[in-house]
Amino acid sequence: MGQRVAIVGTGQTHHRSSRKDVNGVELIQEATSRALEDAGLRREDIDAVIIGNMDHFEGINYVDMWSIDGNGGLHKPVMKVTTGGTTGTTVAIAGYYHIASGLFDTVLAIGWEKNSESDTTAAIITCADPYWERPTFGGAVAGLAGTACEYMHRYGITERDAALIAVRDRKNALKNPYAHLRKEITVEDVLKSPMLAYPIKLLDICPRTDGACAVVFASEDKAKKIADKPAWVHQVSSRHNYTFLTDIERSGRMPTLYEACMEVYKNAGIRDPLHELDVVEMYTPSSFAGLVWIDALGVCDEGEAVRLVSNGVTEMDGELPINPSGGVISTNCIGATGLIRVAEAAMQVSGKAGEHQIEGAKLALATGFGGCSWSDVLLIGSSKPN
Amino acid sequence: MSRKKYPLLTISSEIELPYNYSLGRYGGRLVTELKHNSRIVGIKCPECGHVYVPPRRVCGKCFIEMDEFVEISNSGILQSFTVVYFSFLDPETGKKRPVPYGYGRIKLDGANSEFLCFLEESDFEKLKIGVRVEAVYNENRVGSFKDIKYFKKVEDGDPS
Repeated sequence: MGQRVAIVGTGQTHHRSSRKDVNGVELIQEATSRALEDAGLRREDIDAVIIGNMDHFEGINYVDMWSIDGNGGLHKPVMKVTTGGTTGTTVAIAGYYHIASGLFDTVLAIGWEKNSESDTTAAIITCADPYWERPTFGGAVAGLAGTACEYMHRYGITERDAALIAVRDRKNALKNPYAHLRKEITVEDVLKSPMLAYPIKLLDICPRTDGACAVVFASEDKAKKIADKPAWVHQVSSRHNYTFLTDIERSGRMPTLYEACMEVYKNAGIRDPLHELDVVEMYTPSSFAGLVWIDALGVCDEGEAVRLVSNGVTEMDGELPINPSGGVISTNCIGATGLIRVAEAAMQVSGKAGEHQIEGAKLALATGFGGCSWSDVLLIGSSKPN
Repeated sequence: MSRKKYPLLTISSEIELPYNYSLGRYGGRLVTELKHNSRIVGIKCPECGHVYVPPRRVCGKCFIEMDEFVEISNSGILQSFTVVYFSFLDPETGKKRPVPYGYGRIKLDGANSEFLCFLEESDFEKLKIGVRVEAVYNENRVGSFKDIKYFKKVEDGDPS
């Protein structure tokens, strides 16, 4: 089990479609300095740095070294991890591992992306097998479209049902000053938006965002001294399932997310996640995934997600609010996206989420999704884990 | 220093990096079969019996080496599809990929895993999960995955 670990500070940039006023290193520095400021720490107080972004997006290989002025890692152990879409949750989990191991007391985890600097789809296609898959694969949008098509067929959901997720998340983003897309939309807006890859339309899919996020992890002794209300990491879980895109097992609920959630609940003693969890920050790359994957959280029977969403269960004032931050459909600086879920979960249980605070949130789930149907899950709580 | 506003500039850079990927003995066998015999081959795991297309050396689930090649049908059932309308840079060619195009996951008869392939049809209203599709080969085959031009719907197929 290792040492107890808490999140004692978070920082985000004000996410935008293009940040031409800064280079990548300067963008990273904005998030790291805000996280340090939130924790009341100086760069010197940090023992190690974990940083991650998407391979090929900025065309810079040694991001860990290149960004040293901005990542706070000068003369410290710095490690780059990159796992595709789950990069942000993986840097968080790596930060957790560092401290749980007992070898480090304070670790800064950073995720970032300048999506505006390259062709996102071209870069994502390089994640697929160079011979068998790249010629057909149309990146995240087309990959998620194929999955969405299958969900419509299997569960009988409609484009209109899925649109509810985009409408919910974009409405929540109005309360988050850091969110990228802060304009309310309607179901009709989603349905009328241009078709990108059937059945995914422009407003069904996450945007391309320039932004960074940083999170400070600390050991129990340090956390008590640093933060009034540390956000404790209760559980983490990862599931990978991939050789080729077409190998992924498709029976039942989104299998990697479901299994990771079940492992987390079992180890945390959670039996009724719908009522025991207070809030979920879910990696929802598309409206269709954001709908169907609610099943995989184990909060309803398979195929029942539409009912929960239509009944307002996942709204800010519902039984289980999902994505009070506005989620990935409002902000998607990909290497940071998973880490923003973790930061937002921590902000919720520490009572630091401002206008999008869920009153009295004590237990939050953060999820990460990678393009090859990988899942990371973190359970964050206001009370110290057993 | 003056308070003059300076423009926010970007520079453009293009990287051309040629790669030569090994197909290995397993992938190479499929490509050779496509070229000479218009035939798809897969590989069967001796442990779990799962038949994979394209063939590869190791069954990830059993973590065991596979060596039993099996012939797979040129026909199968469409498991999912999309039609891509938005244009993007194709890292294979360095040019914009032509759109619209349809592609989908096909479960070929005799295989357990699915196969990602282009579809002849690019009107999503005419596509349906569960329809039977079959491979159409290029006349001049060069020994490539792309020797399969696309999969087309089998008329009077058997939607399942």
